[in-house]
Order: sequence, then structure tokens, then C-alpha cells
Amino acid sequence: MSISIHDVEHVAKLARLDLTDAEKETFTEQLNAILRYAEQLNALDTENVEPTTHVIPVANVMRDDEARPSLPIDRVMLNAPDEEDGQFKVPAVLE
Amino acid sequence: MTTTSQRYETVIGLEVHVELHTKSKIFCGCATSFGAPPNTNTCPICLGHPGVLPVLNRQAVEYAMKAAMALNCTINTETKFDRKNYFYPDSPKAYQISQYDKPIGEHGWIEIEVNGETKRIGITRLHLEEDAGKLTHVDGGYASLVDFNRVGTPLIEIVSEPDLRSPEEARAYLEKLRAIMQYCDVSDVKMEEGSLRCDANISLRPFGQQEFGTKAELKNMNSFRGVQKGLEYEEIRQADVLDSGEKVVQETRRWDDAQGRTLSMRSKEEAHDYRYFPDPDLVRVQIEEDWMNRVRASIPELPDARKARYVSVLGLPSYDAEVLTSSKELADFFEDSLQHTSDAKAVSNWIMGDLLRYLNENNLEMSAIQTTGQALGEMISLIEKGTISGKIAKTVFKEMLETGKAPAQIVEEKGLVQISDEGAIRGIVEQIVANNPQSVEDYRAGKEKAVGFLVGQVMKETKGKANPGLVNKLIVETLNR
Ligand SMILES: [Zn+2]
Repeated sequence: MSISIHDVEHVAKLARLDLTDAEKETFTEQLNAILRYAEQLNALDTENVEPTTHVIPVANVMRDDEARPSLPIDRVMLNAPDEEDGQFKVPAVLE
Repeated sequence: MTTTSQRYETVIGLEVHVELHTKSKIFCGCATSFGAPPNTNTCPICLGHPGVLPVLNRQAVEYAMKAAMALNCTINTETKFDRKNYFYPDSPKAYQISQYDKPIGEHGWIEIEVNGETKRIGITRLHLEEDAGKLTHVDGGYASLVDFNRVGTPLIEIVSEPDLRSPEEARAYLEKLRAIMQYCDVSDVKMEEGSLRCDANISLRPFGQQEFGTKAELKNMNSFRGVQKGLEYEEIRQADVLDSGEKVVQETRRWDDAQGRTLSMRSKEEAHDYRYFPDPDLVRVQIEEDWMNRVRASIPELPDARKARYVSVLGLPSYDAEVLTSSKELADFFEDSLQHTSDAKAVSNWIMGDLLRYLNENNLEMSAIQTTGQALGEMISLIEKGTISGKIAKTVFKEMLETGKAPAQIVEEKGLVQISDEGAIRGIVEQIVANNPQSVEDYRAGKEKAVGFLVGQVMKETKGKANPGLVNKLIVETLNR
């Protein structure tokens, strides 16, 4: 399995990233290098191994339905690029 | 002119989102209260700050299980959460925690009734996910304000099979779904407040064709009426496209209620590539037998069962039972009335007549009325005892709806007690007969209608309080003397 420059363009578009042609080349090469590294796993025989979604054998970690204090509004806004009336202000995204 | 329904078969499937009314959010302890000042119900977890860990709310899982069971779904004993990746300012993490291939419930169904026919509609799946934030567009559309209070409110998404064949069926399905959620007490299910939301897929195909036609996805239908109107419009639009030999374009369309039509939203060719993968921050959920049994035991009598009981035990017509059980508030009101009267049909008539008319005319919800089911039962028992006439009761009931006063109090304050004293009525009858010689002559000439006129005169004289049966009897007696 390998990644083409079209895959990189597609994923970049989904992630709203504007890449230069040189960056596309670089990332295609880097992502393929990562895949090649992961491909070492193919050497293992996984015939009798159940597919898993998690590496730790733990289930049902849950909390009770209790409301706790939220963050004070001035701290909520500390990371806001811009704000207005207690709300985050961002450039509009056209649908 | 041939109508759409004769040329093409309509195929509709609905995707319904229901907000679960937990106290706290699904993955953090922020409150879920509606109407709080913007961003005051947020914390590092629901704001998607790096390094935080979500912890699942057990109550949200139980509500989802309860809803899935009420919709006759099979519960997956092993379920998990996945990340649905998308970039939009309403999602601070740039992904929504949802469920991809292991939803809480699958393969369910509910029954709907349209034009007296019962039809089973399949439920493909029910999964649990988190809600997104709310955007308000400002600066002439160049900027958006983001309120993250709603981020992380637990939602269930209920996807139907493409089993619906008309906008009317779609509406009936949605109303039944709302009733079931209401009976289960897992959500407020108010479309106006957004705790019930509906998207639709609709396509047309020539009758007899097996494969589905190209579908349009319909959004922004914010009321039950809007769902039906939007689908009706789309049905005609697609039929016109097909008739002119063109192809329906697969796209998302927005229902514009003010204009009464659907409009194409810019199509996003890559919009449906969400790159789902299991959320590594949330471990698996195993639903053991005893947990399932506990949740199942908490499901109350559902609308269909209540309806069947009203017909078989209380002897109500099927139509009455259907209307009464369409909302839990109405059904509870009906049953409360029966504490004071055993005449179920009389209660049903008052609810389906005067009560629903009052709600419609004043555009009110059941929750807004002042009176109770018990009070209606008391009022009906006053009619049964002969204290008030059925006609006077209409005045009394209106007053009850508006003021919440007890019927007996209204009757006393307004002096509405029915006159059943024969002597008192006889005096008035004799006077009315004496004052209307023409009617007496008409009666003797065989015109029975004259009696009705005289009864009306007596009722007018007594401000409607005379016992009508007694008045009728005394007039006939007097005339035959
Ligand atoms: Zn939070």
C-alpha cells in the first residue's frame, strides 16, 4: 500500500490545509515512509488474533450524571482569536 | 391531470436527532441547561483543549438503550465510540464523537397509522453521539459568533429504513417517534427548541421499478408541518424534473418555510468523507444481560399499548385512542379524568372537542393550560349528577382552561346550577306558553317545531340553566292540556 500525491491533496482539502507543490511532494514521501515502517507488522502471523479497537482490556469506564461547575467565562475566552458578547468570533465558512 | 402519486412512487427515509435530557453533558460535567448565557456551560473537555480526556456519562448510555429498546432494536452487547472528522467552527475538536459500525441499537421498527391502515417502518440503527455548537452569522455574513454551550449535549440519531411512501407517512412516523421518546422520558422532544431535529432523504421512481431513484437530502425542516410541506414540495419538484426527461441531481436542499420551497445548498463533493476511526480516548462499552434487563424494566407502557388498552378495556373508538395517545401529556390528562367519572367516551369527547379546539385556536401546548385532568373528570361528574347541563358545562370548561379554577367553584360563583325544580320551571313554562299564542296554534295545527321554539324561549329566560329534558316534558304537558 502506498500514498499518491492525489491522496495527500484530498486529505489536505478535507483538513482545510493549503499546501504548496513542494509540500505535497514532501508529505507524500513522509507518509509513505511511515506506511513502510508500519508494514513491518505484516511479517507477523495474525491468523488467530481477534481484531481490536483498543490496546487495553478495559471496558465500561463511566461517570454518574452529575453537573459540575464549568470554566469561568473569562478563562473560556483566553484562547479565543477574537471575541464578541462572550462568543468566539471566527471568519464565516460558506456552506 | 395526473398527480405525482399516480406516476411515481415516493421513497422517503428520515434521520432524526433527539437530545437526551441528562443533567450533564455526555463526556464532561458541564450542565446541559437550555438558554444559559453563551459559553458559560463549557470546560476544557467540551472546548476540545489538548490533553483532556472524555469520560462517558452512564445515564446517556441508559437513555439511548431505553430508546433503542422502545423502538424494538436489537442492542449490541459490545459497542464503541468513533471520531467523525470534519472541519467547521461549530466543532472545537474538529471531530465529533459518534458511533460508526457498532451503534447501541440496530434492526428496530415502529408502527404508524395512516388513513386507518397500520404500517410497519423499519429502524436501521440508533446511535449515541455528541451535539455541536451554535453559530450566529454577523458582519454581513463575513464572520460567525460561536456558542459552545450545546457541544457535548448527548444526542441519539435514529435512522429509518427507506420504508416511507408519502410525506404524510413521514409525518406520522415522526409524530410516533416523538410520542415514544416522550413516553420513555429520555428527551423533551421539542422541535421549536431543537431537542428533536429531522433530516429527510427523498427520491422518486416509476411504479414497479426495483432500484431507488436519485435522492435529495432535505434539511432545515423545523416543525412537523415543515417536514410534511418540504417533502410535498420536493415530491412535485422531482416529478417535474423526471417528466421533462432530466435527471435528479444528488444534493442537499434546504427547506425555506417562508418561501414555501426547497433550495439547493452548494454541493460539497467531498463532504461525506469523514475518515471515521475508533476514539482511542474512550474504552469499549459492554452491555451485559443484567444491565439490559434493568433498563428494559424501566420502559413504561408505550403509545401502541395504551391505545390498545383504551380500545379493549375502555371501549373507545380506535380513532379516539390514536389521538389521545399521540402525546403523553394528553393521555395522562385523559387518565386523570377517569378518577372522577367512568364515562371514558364523554372524557374523550371533551378532550378531542373543546380542549383540542382551545389549544388550536390559541396556539397553545398542553403544558400551557391551567386546568387538570382531575378537574375535567369532576366537571363531567357534575353533568352526570344533573348539577349542570351539558350546555352550561361548555362555559364552565372554558373558564377552567383559562383560570384553573375548580368546576364546582365556577358553578357556584357564576350561579350556574341547573334548575331541576319542577315547580319553578312550570311557572316559567306557563308564562312563555301564555305569551306565545301563535306557537300554541301552530302546535295544535300539527307543527311539532313549535315545541322547539318554546323550549328555546324557556332556556333563554333561565339563561340556559333550566334542565332541558324537564322543560321539554313540561311544555308538551302544558300544550296538551
Ligand atoms: Zn464541558
